[in-house]
Amino acid sequence: MPDAVKSGTQWNKIAASQQFKDLMATKKMFIVPAFIFFVVYYFALPILVGYAPNFMSTKVGVVNIAYLFALSQFFVAWIIAGLYVKAANNFDRLSNDIIAKAGDGQGER
Amino acid sequence: MSHSLLMFLAFILVTLGITFWASRRSSGSSAYFAAGRQIKGWQNGVAVAGDYMSAASFLGIAGLIAFFGYDGFMYSVGWLVAYLTVLLVVAEPLRNAGKYTMADVLAYRLKARPVRAMAALSTLTVSTFYMIAQMVGAGTLVALLLKDSGIKFPVAVIGVGILMIIYVVFGGMLATTWVQIIKAILLMGGTFLLSILVMAHFGFSFHAFFDAVAHVSVPDGKGGMVVKDFLTPGLRYKPPYGALDLISLGVALIFGTAGLPHILVRFYTVPDAKTARHSVVWAMVLIGSFYIMTTFLGFGAATIVGQDFIKKNGGTNMSAPLLARALAGDTFFAFISAIAFATILAVVAGLTISASTSFAHDFWTNVIHRGVERAPGEEVKVARIAAFVVGFIAMGIAIMLGPTANVAFLVALAFAVAASANLPVIVLSLYWRRFNTTGAVMGLAVGLLASIGLILVSPSIMGIDAATVVGAARHPIQAKPWFPLENPALLSVPLGFLGAILGTLLSKEPESETKFDELMVRSNTGLGAEKATAAH
Repeated sequence: MPDAVKSGTQWNKIAASQQFKDLMATKKMFIVPAFIFFVVYYFALPILVGYAPNFMSTKVGVVNIAYLFALSQFFVAWIIAGLYVKAANNFDRLSNDIIAKAGDGQGER
Repeated sequence: MSHSLLMFLAFILVTLGITFWASRRSSGSSAYFAAGRQIKGWQNGVAVAGDYMSAASFLGIAGLIAFFGYDGFMYSVGWLVAYLTVLLVVAEPLRNAGKYTMADVLAYRLKARPVRAMAALSTLTVSTFYMIAQMVGAGTLVALLLKDSGIKFPVAVIGVGILMIIYVVFGGMLATTWVQIIKAILLMGGTFLLSILVMAHFGFSFHAFFDAVAHVSVPDGKGGMVVKDFLTPGLRYKPPYGALDLISLGVALIFGTAGLPHILVRFYTVPDAKTARHSVVWAMVLIGSFYIMTTFLGFGAATIVGQDFIKKNGGTNMSAPLLARALAGDTFFAFISAIAFATILAVVAGLTISASTSFAHDFWTNVIHRGVERAPGEEVKVARIAAFVVGFIAMGIAIMLGPTANVAFLVALAFAVAASANLPVIVLSLYWRRFNTTGAVMGLAVGLLASIGLILVSPSIMGIDAATVVGAARHPIQAKPWFPLENPALLSVPLGFLGAILGTLLSKEPESETKFDELMVRSNTGLGAEKATAAH
């Protein structure tokens, strides 16, 4: 491994650095709310269908609420994925700085 | 020779050609297990989709929608949404900190031998259950699709088994990847064509299409017909446990997909974490489009072919191929059948390579030989032998179970084990400083035992059948089920987490806490990550 020489203390030093803390905070700020949102949105589907079937069967045009809600899940998943990719460009920038400072020299391309 | 057989043979020839090509490229562990980490982002995304969308998706969900309408469609939603867990929580840390298997990530800060042994056991369990389900499905399907050529169930299972072994043993991850890519492209193309044909049948009017879906004639069970609205929920999941069963399935998918070994190993085939991220997005686009199109397949089969006809011509799983025949004749039927065949082969190849990698890398090299490869190339050799053994065991069990066996619960079991055993330890090991070896071993053991135990006392195994039900269709245990849900995840996932947390709190391992910094830096920045190797 190219970094076999890096001793334990060096890892600890990077982990304690302000740059790394910023990276973790930035990641957390996106990932935690995004995860909670999609889990809640997804489980709303079986819960509503299971416990409020009459409401979900309400007709909307040629289809019904249940169908539209199920279909919306696909688009919501795609949108969250798109937003994540956008946010992740920022993570990459922060982690590249950390890699450069650590002098690994051959980090992420 | 029938059209179907010809198209099957064409697919087999192309994939064997790829295997030959892959086998001649540079060898070595990284090339064999991870395709040299040279797979491009979009290629890996397509391959993930090909690895994931099994015959259960293509034939099973089309059939579920054809017979249960909306409930079948709702079932398919979770298969896409689950990829958000893969994207947000596991794909990048895994690529950054691991080498060939999920256990690599655990072994960074935990004691390698016990953790790898348990992780290998769990990986082999998930892969074998899933593989047996696919093999039984493959045998039934091939025998049904090639009925005219006189190929019977055992021959079909052996054929599929031998092909998957050839891909994996000779072509390794590179050949497996390309088999999955070709299959995914065929599957998407076939599904798209079929959807267009369905809409053409309704004059490209969504109004006419959904109007037909709202008025489907189905047999009422007393010899007559009754009109049902197929967009209304509740045709399959009924009280008292229907809703809970669906929620439990959702838990299994959302937490299980990110713990499926054959999906996780795919992220080691790309150069870096950023590419792994992009490949998940590619996979999500394909998988999502596919599941949206299942609406046309399933509702199309319900309205154009009809349940009665499907039941008399092979049952629910034949809904999509029969729809193809009704819309465009025998050649298209043969094409769709060949796609179903390709679908199964790509999935079982992915399962075989992940199972054999885990055996060779985790169990053989790291547990038995304490992390030392005694001779160059030994790990690859052991993996090849393991692929043979795993393949033959799956073939044997599939033939023993026979074509009428109810295997759907095996897929549920695979997801439940992945969700209850694998995911909790992956997540806790990546994100909880206090986590330690005892916790990981307890989490894996409790998750594994809870899922298997709960399935054994669920309605899949326990039930009281009428005297007229005979053979493999009978429940193995003739008694009222002790656990009411078909999918155990709702209970077994919390149990898996609980096992991992309790195990951790009951023991002390300062070293694991010290080394947490290293794993955290590695997994979040990619510092020191495995590089692409094989030169192009």
